Amino acid sequence: MSRRRVSLRQELPLLVWLVFVWGALWQNFSPGNLLFGAVLAILVARMFYLPPVELSGRFSILQAIPFALQFVGKVAAASFQVFYLAVARGPKVTNAVVAVPLRSHSDLMVTATGHVISLIPGSLVVEVDRSTSTLYVHALNVRNADDVVKFRRSVRDAEAGLIRVMGTEEELAALKQEVGA
Amino acid sequence: MTPDTTLDTVIDAVSAVFMVVGAAMSLGAAIGLLRFPDLMSRMHAATKPQVLGLFLLLAAVGLQLRTWWIWPVLLLAWIFQLLTVPVSAHMVGRAGYRTKHLHRELLSTDELEAVVQKAAAKDAADPASKDDDGSA
Repeated sequence: MSRRRVSLRQELPLLVWLVFVWGALWQNFSPGNLLFGAVLAILVARMFYLPPVELSGRFSILQAIPFALQFVGKVAAASFQVFYLAVARGPKVTNAVVAVPLRSHSDLMVTATGHVISLIPGSLVVEVDRSTSTLYVHALNVRNADDVVKFRRSVRDAEAGLIRVMGTEEELAALKQEVGA
Repeated sequence: MTPDTTLDTVIDAVSAVFMVVGAAMSLGAAIGLLRFPDLMSRMHAATKPQVLGLFLLLAAVGLQLRTWWIWPVLLLAWIFQLLTVPVSAHMVGRAGYRTKHLHRELLSTDELEAVVQKAAAKDAADPASKDDDGSA
């Protein structure tokens, strides 16, 4: 095997996650159980080798907590909105497929943004163009050009939030410049 | 009322509200499935409101069981829901778009159509390059 070894630092988030899953499934967070889980996690990560996810190496807890709260709030608000649309509009609802060019070109960022906006009801990723990092999003209840602009801005806002949480330094600097300008 | 039973009443009330709203979200998904006109808008209703519905129901379960070790399990269940729902919604939506299971007259804008037509024109002009673009 000539594949490059992943450094422990790069693998650590995965290992911590696996140990957490192990503890949660046994509903037992005693040191012995966690240690055994850690041994299994290392074995699994070594034997079933996958290409590592390229993390940016930056993660801001201070930004993550408000982002997570805002996200749950948005999910709640949009769920009620979809409920209302289903009951009140139903068959007469008007939709759109909107192209949203993203700032970041990293796979992780595009995936995370796609996940976040897909989880907020009323938007659904139809297609991804990886070369230009453009998301094609199907949006519920978009009736005219104004709504399209508004919707595109909301997707780019979600991406901006994610960059603040875990984007690279360069992406963050570019974002700050954009907001300042 | 002793403080302990007051707390119990509050927890019971909160979990009751969570359960009713959570069930209502699943009902909303069902209504959406019946009332929305095409596959894509149905996917919105089918996949998303129940993420909130499940969150509320799991929270109610966690509040009622009153043991701390149940929370990691519930959190895990919800995280896996968060990870899998967008992927399945995307796969169905993408397949639906490609097989044209959508009502074009209900779309106010379609910025993907031009891209797809351009790619199709390119493939028609140069059939050999078709396989290179399998992932796009």
